[in-house]
Order: sequence, then structure tokens, then C-alpha cells
Amino acid sequence: MAAAAEHRLDPVAALKEAGLAGFVALMLAVPLAGLETVSAPGGLTINTRWDWVAIAVGSVFIGRLLLILWRERGRRRGGPTMDLGIAETLRTAMPILAAAGIAFAVLLPFLPFADRRVLDIGILVMTYIMLGWGLNIVVGLAGLLDLGYVAFYAVGAYSYALLAIHFDLSFWLCLPLAGALAAFFGYLLGFPVLRLRGDYLAIVTLGFGEIIRIILINWYDLTRGPDGISGIPRPSFFGLDFARSPPPDGHTFHTFFGLDFSPLHRIIFLYYLILVLALVTNAFTLRIRRLPVGRAWEALREDEIACRSLGINPRNTKLTAFTLGAMFAGFAGSFFATRQGFISPESFTFIESAIIVAIVVLGGMGSQIGVVVATLVLIAGPELIRELQEFRMLAFGGLMVMIMVWRPRGLLAFRDPTVRLHPPPRRRFGLGRGKAAETGAK
Amino acid sequence: MDYFLQQLINGLTLGAIYGLIAIGYTMVYGIIGMINFAHGEIYMIGAFISLIAFLVLGILGITWLPLALLIVLLAAMVFTAFYGWTLERLAYRPLRGSPRLAALISAIGMSIFLQNYVQLLQGARVKPLQPVIPGGIVLMEGTISVRFNYIQMMIIAATIVLMAIFSLIIAKTAMGRAQRACQQDQTMSALVGINVDRTISMTFVMGAALAAVAGMMVTLYYGVIDFFIGFLAGIKAFTAAVVGGIGSLPGAMLGGLLIGLIEVFWSAYFTIEYKDVAAFSILILVLVFRPTGLMGKPEIEKV
Amino acid sequence: MNPRSEPLGGAPLLQVEHLTMRFGGLVAIGDVSFEATDRKITAIIGPNGAGKTTVFNCLTGFYKPTEGRLTLNHPHKGPFLLERMEGFTIPQKADVARTFQNVRLFPAMSVLENLIIAQHNVLMRASGYTLWGLLGLKRFRQAEAGSVDLCRYWLDRVGLLDRADDDAGNLAYGDQRRLEIARAMCIRPVLLCLDEPAAGLNPRESAELNQLLLAIRDEHKIGILLIEHDMSVVMGISDYIVVLDYGRKIAEGVPEAIRNDPTVIKAYLGEAEEDELPPEVAADLARERASQAEG
Repeated sequence: MAAAAEHRLDPVAALKEAGLAGFVALMLAVPLAGLETVSAPGGLTINTRWDWVAIAVGSVFIGRLLLILWRERGRRRGGPTMDLGIAETLRTAMPILAAAGIAFAVLLPFLPFADRRVLDIGILVMTYIMLGWGLNIVVGLAGLLDLGYVAFYAVGAYSYALLAIHFDLSFWLCLPLAGALAAFFGYLLGFPVLRLRGDYLAIVTLGFGEIIRIILINWYDLTRGPDGISGIPRPSFFGLDFARSPPPDGHTFHTFFGLDFSPLHRIIFLYYLILVLALVTNAFTLRIRRLPVGRAWEALREDEIACRSLGINPRNTKLTAFTLGAMFAGFAGSFFATRQGFISPESFTFIESAIIVAIVVLGGMGSQIGVVVATLVLIAGPELIRELQEFRMLAFGGLMVMIMVWRPRGLLAFRDPTVRLHPPPRRRFGLGRGKAAETGAK
Repeated sequence: MDYFLQQLINGLTLGAIYGLIAIGYTMVYGIIGMINFAHGEIYMIGAFISLIAFLVLGILGITWLPLALLIVLLAAMVFTAFYGWTLERLAYRPLRGSPRLAALISAIGMSIFLQNYVQLLQGARVKPLQPVIPGGIVLMEGTISVRFNYIQMMIIAATIVLMAIFSLIIAKTAMGRAQRACQQDQTMSALVGINVDRTISMTFVMGAALAAVAGMMVTLYYGVIDFFIGFLAGIKAFTAAVVGGIGSLPGAMLGGLLIGLIEVFWSAYFTIEYKDVAAFSILILVLVFRPTGLMGKPEIEKV
Repeated sequence: MNPRSEPLGGAPLLQVEHLTMRFGGLVAIGDVSFEATDRKITAIIGPNGAGKTTVFNCLTGFYKPTEGRLTLNHPHKGPFLLERMEGFTIPQKADVARTFQNVRLFPAMSVLENLIIAQHNVLMRASGYTLWGLLGLKRFRQAEAGSVDLCRYWLDRVGLLDRADDDAGNLAYGDQRRLEIARAMCIRPVLLCLDEPAAGLNPRESAELNQLLLAIRDEHKIGILLIEHDMSVVMGISDYIVVLDYGRKIAEGVPEAIRNDPTVIKAYLGEAEEDELPPEVAADLARERASQAEG
């Protein structure tokens, strides 16, 4: 019992600690929260908000006390042991979760609550999921922190817009072209910089992203600068447009299928389009992870020096990851352009890159389902709760910090081996992971 | 020639500001080997705090300029230093020993957080401030007269003085010795009785204080700030730190001056639209071809 | 498993000639020459900081030597000038494998994956540089089954068969060391460079390691280059020993000769750690000291 006595909460020390935190909060809050700059005739003036300061200091003080108490209780209980259990349960439930998620996504447009707004949010979420899955190749598998991913998204979007407008090419022709162009850009940019160490690479990719955005703003002849490109052609359903009135000698979607015209048709079509694109990205990633190049990506993420000692060409291997990641961003970009009908450099700022990186990292690097969960939390959450919009980015940044502090490897960070020698052990619920044993067990 | 001279003065002023911010990057990188991505935001906060301090002094009726400037300087340094300290304590210290990328992501998160925090508290509008130190001397009369404004002189002078003070702190004081020791080997420093946590905290505090000075200078110089100024200035100052050789204090200052001059001359002689491209391109070129910068030590890969 | 054919005789497997490596003003290795023979275990020993690992780093392309020539006479592919090759092509083309002093596995990947990655280049070709692999062609699946067989063989050899699907990072230290050797063998090397393989092993593990290395030498008929501090390993299994001190070669010869070489003894006596001495030398030293204390 002596050991337990040592851990007894010392109220004086706790109060002192909380008091210190409160003091720091005071110093932080006084200038920025307590004194507000407001516009007045003849310049700025100051408005005081001492109540805000009091609230901030009080909540930090109490919060700190609660944290101390909670920590004390955790210590007496003896450390966090349930973490492993959660991971194990999740791992077991994964196939069911994935199947249920895909089923839900497929059925969404026919569910009773699926109005225009829900579908729009669905499209937005699927777009970010696709971007997250694409970037997961680069960040999650190959471990290359790319802070300029949005540049390839922009290349895809502008490629589609320009090709469709100037050469009158259809969406289905532009899509692979936009992907190829984005991949080409990825290759060009990746080639000189991929030998840089992790955080330098991050800054350089950020630089590339900004350079491309500045070029988009200033190359007015091509991109119409900040005005953006409007009137981007909408995709058609195998040649059938989603217009109200059919062309004189043909059909539109609703006349061909004998349906009543509804503006929702186009939305539903776009929703399925991005769903398919995202699922293709996912299938590709899952497959390539089990190929030599995918394993080499993960190995490079783990230890580049060991890779070199095994005869793996680090630059080419990284370059494939970078290029393929860029390609999927290009696909997503052309979808974005055709859905919006309008694009401008505004949509491709650094913050977009940061959001996509956050989705990948918060979900758990390399975890495909983590991307989905993180997108739902970060994108769908604030969209559904409009009141939070204003605080969205604030919460966003805060979440990034908190999740990194709490779980530096991400929320759902666990991986299954890409090949097995023994069949996986049977788990609770009797869920085997049969597919994983494909190549290994004989 | 006179045009050139004028741009030179402008470039040096801008470069001094970048240099002050760059010191924060370089010191933090030297000691914990991470890019303090939120440092640009600290600078932005410094600018806001000095703006607010000026306004408060105006209301209080303290108008004697030297006293007002001194009070604003101290207020900005102290309050911003608290932000620097808190930043390290909340977002970086728990992640020491985690994968490098985790710390970088936490830093990016903090940067986004602080930007929106200031936007929510102070509004998204651009904040103007009437010129506090008007006037200057005319160096050369002509079709374009070359002016050396008092504010420019003050910025350059303050930068030189601060550089000298901080170099002395790092070279001569126990704190500075501890910092240099932690740069070499944290475990060993802890073993010989250096409080590593406190040393790292102090590094952030010093970096934040210098960034606050830069923020104050910018507020005075341009007379207009907003919550978004930290992002670009941060990247340019980081570029300056890398160009100078990350980890080297004089290097950061030199890099800052170079970046300031390049930016100003680029705008003056080429295109103003692409001035940021110039800074980014330099960053990329330096990192690709000479990642150790001008004054950094070469790194030998440990196998 | 795939024993290599008889060597053509003549040139030794590895020739190191006048190797010099400087870092700024520091001479890490100065004019070192030695040879390593096929089907023999050649040990490089020397006090800490003698430049042993630097020799390895030059051989395996992590450092570009300042001067000197490193020739690998590959029994099937002919000679390779290692100092001219880009790092990763040395294991890829010249079939030189290595391990690291502080084990470098892929900790978050499974034991089996660690070994499969070592066959990256073979599998890349079989997967048509990913294209055929994506299409799921039979050719790739067969090749992968073949490499899983090789992995199974090596896992069996190092006694890790039942840990195959566990994360490599979760293995005990000794197991990690053996896994690293198995991984190096999976690139089917002609020369295996081991950087202190016995460091941190207990006596039983160390004895097992000796058996493993002898078996690799005799069954797989490749040359082994070994950096080691543990003299029981060095004296027990080496066929030939090269001694470095302060970046220079001070002696070479068969174990018996080295054991009694006065320069070697002197170099080691300069060091405080006596447990690194050959046991016989340590015994002699103790006797000498005892007699001095009496006299």
C-alpha cells in the first residue's frame, strides 16, 4: 500500500499546476481575446472583452485540474491496456465494416433521406475519400510527405477543363488524359526532389504546389487567372445528356429511359461516378500493395538504408509512388471540374493539401478505412452541422494536433501482412481473413 | 542607379525582417531537428499583439514615440513568447521521440489552428494602422529620389542590435551553452545535468520573441496586417534559414537578407506577379543542390 | 538450395586495393588492401574506431571511397568495380549482401515480408514491372510462390518459421539478428558482409550463429566477410583475419598467426576493454600482471 500512497494526489501541487496553466492562459488570452480591434471612423479602435478572458482562464484552470485527476485515476488503474483490444476488435470487424460501408454508399441515393443536400455532401465526401486514397499511396505507403498534392488535383481539373472546352473532347476521353498529364507532372516534379529527407521533401512539395497555383493565377491567356474557367462541359451518360429538353434528333437521359425529368438524375449520376472512381482507386491500392513495388514502398517508408542494401532503387520506387498518386489526383481533379462546371485557383490552395494530408494521417497512415473514417469526421461532420462551419478549420487544426499527440501513428493504424505463410489465427466472431492467405499458405 | 539604390534599401529592410523570423526556424531546427511549421503564425500573432498594443497606448494617451515604441516592443515580445512556449508545450513536447512526420503534422495542425484562432478573435478583415514613424532622409535628389525612411533605419538598426544581443546570449550565457550542448547531443546533455526540456522551451521563447519583433516591424513598415500574413512570410523565412544553412544563426540572417533582396529586385526588374515563385524556386534549388546551405555543415549519412 | 558451381579459380572473390576514405581532414581508412576468398570466412577485427564499418560502407556503396579499387570477381558474372557503382546496384548486380551493426529490419512489416522484399528485383521482373502483376498473371503468381519457398527455407534455417507472420519489430533481439542474416541471404549473394552479427547475443545464440555461418559457407559456397568483436566467434570460425587499427591494416593471417602477433596484441592492449582480447591473450596478460605484482 506504500506505493499507492506515493501516488496520492497532492492537492497543493495540483492547484499550483492548474494555477500555472491558468496564468499562461491569461497571458495568451489578454492580448488577442481580451482586446478586440474594431473598425471605427478614423481607423481602428479597441473593444474589451474581459468576460472572454475570464472564461478562457477559468476553463483552462478547471480543465487542467480535471486532467490531473484523470491522469491520477489512470495511474492507479495501471496504464491503458484496452488499446490493443480495440485494435484487435476493429481488425476482426474490418471486412464487415467495409462491406457495410460500400453497401451504404451504393444504396445512398435511394434512401429516403437522400435529398439534394445529402447527395451533394456525399459527392464531396467521396471526392475527398478518393483524394485521400490517392495520397495514401504517397504518404501512407511510401512515407513521402507531400504537401503539394493539390497541385496535381489542379492539373487534372485544368487539363479536363481546357481539353473539353478547346478540343471538345468527351469526359471519358479527358479523364485518362487528365490523369496522364497529372502523372507526368508528378514525375517531372518528383524526379529532382525525391531524394530529399522527409521534412525537406514536405517543404519542397509545398513550394511546388504554391508555384503551380501562382502560375494558374497569372497565366491569364491560358487559365483566365483568378476569374477561373466557367462553362465546363458536364459529363453524359454514354452520350445521353442530363438536359430537360432533348436535342431535335436524339434523346436525353430521361427520355431514353422513359423517366420524368428530374435535376437529381445528374446529381445521382455524378455521385455514382465519383463512387466508382474512388472504389477503383481503392482496388488499385489494395492490389498494388501486394505486388513487389508496393512492398518496396512500405519497406522504403520503414528503412531506406536497408532497402538500398537489398538492391532496391530508392529513387525509381519513390517516383512510381509519387507519379501514381499524382495520377489519381488528376482523375479526381477532372471529376471536380466536371461537377462544378467552374474552376479557379481559389480551389487549389495549400489548405486543401493540408486537409488531404490530415485525412490520410489522422486515419492512420496506410489504412484505407482510416481515410474513410477521417473524411467522415473532418468533411461530413462540419458540412452536416452548419453552425460549426465557422469553427471548422479551427477544430480541424486542433484535431490534427490532438490526434498526433494521442496516437502519433493515426487513429486506425494497423496493417495486415501482404502475404502469409500460415493461415491467420481464428478470432472471435469466427471471422477469418481468407483472402490474405492467398499466396502464402499451401 | 538611384532606382537600384532605392531597391537595395527596400530589400535590406525586408531581408532584416525575414532574417528575424528565420532565426526562430534555425534555432528550433538546430535543437530538435524539426521544422516549426507554426512559426510563421507566431510572427503573425506578434504583429497583431503589437498592433493592439499601439492602439491601447493611443487610448491611454502615451504618445511620446520612443517610450511607446519600447512598450510595444516589450509587450509584443513577452506576450508572443507565451505563445511560443505554449506551442512547444502542447504540440511538440508530447511528440518528442515519435516519428518525424508526426511532429511535422502536429506543427501544420497548429499553424492552421492559430490562423483561424486569430481570424475568429480579431476578424478576417485587413487591419490598418496609421504611419507611426513618418519621414526619412533623402539620399539622392533626382527624377526618382532615393529615400531612406526612418522606419527602415529603425528596422535595420533594431535587427543588428537584436542579432548582437542574441549572439551574445548564445555564446556567453549558461542558457546559450545549454542550447549548444542540446544541439549536439540531448541525452548526453541531460546526463551532465542540463534541463533539456527547459532549454528547448527557452529556444521557442527566444524564437517567438524575435518573430514578435519582426511582426512589429512589419506592422510599422507596411501599416497593414491580416491573419494570413504568417503563411507566406513563414515559408520565405524558412527558405532564408535553409539558404543560410539551417542551424546557423548568422546564416539565417544572411539568408534573410538574400531572400529579401532577391524578392525586391525580382519585383523591381522582372515581374511582381511571380515574386513568390522566385522565393519558392530558390528554396527548391537550394534544397536540391545544396541542402546544407551557405553556412551549414555537411551531413554525413549514418549507416 | 541452389549451390553455386565451382569457382573458376585464380582471382579471389574480393580484392580491396589501396582503399582510402577521408572525411574532411579525418582519415577513416588509409591505404588498406586485403582479399576475401570464395567459400571462406574472412574476419576484419580491430579496436573501436579502427574503420571496420567504414570499409563495409565503401564495399556496399554507402560511401564513395576517396581512393582505391574494390574488385568483386563474381563467379558467374565476371568482375565488378564496386567503387564505381551506385549504391543500390551493388547488391542488385554484383550480388553483395550486408547486415548492419544496429539491426535494420522493416519493423512494421512481417518477418516473411522482410524476406520477400529482399527478392524485390527478381519479383519486379516477374511482375513485368508491376503491369502483369496488376493483371494477376499466372507467371507472377508462380514467381511469388517460388520466392515464398526460398523464404520458407531460410526461415527454417534460422528457426523463425513459426514467427513468419509476426511483425519483425516484435522479435527478440537475437531473432532480429538472425532474420537480418536470412534476409541478406535471400538476395542470393556471392559475398555476404556481416557487421558484428554476434553483438548482443548470449553464448548459446552465439554458438548457434557460428554453426549458421559455417553452414552458409559450406552449403551455399559463398564468401563471408565478417566484422566482429566477439573473439570466440572470430577465432572459432574465421579462415583468415585482417586486423585494422586507426584506419590502417596492421596485420593479416590465419587465426593462429594473428593470435600470437605482437602488433595485434599491442593494438588491443591500448584498449581498456580486456574482454575483447582473445582469451589466450587475456590469460597471458593476467599471468604477466600477477608476476609483476609479485615482483
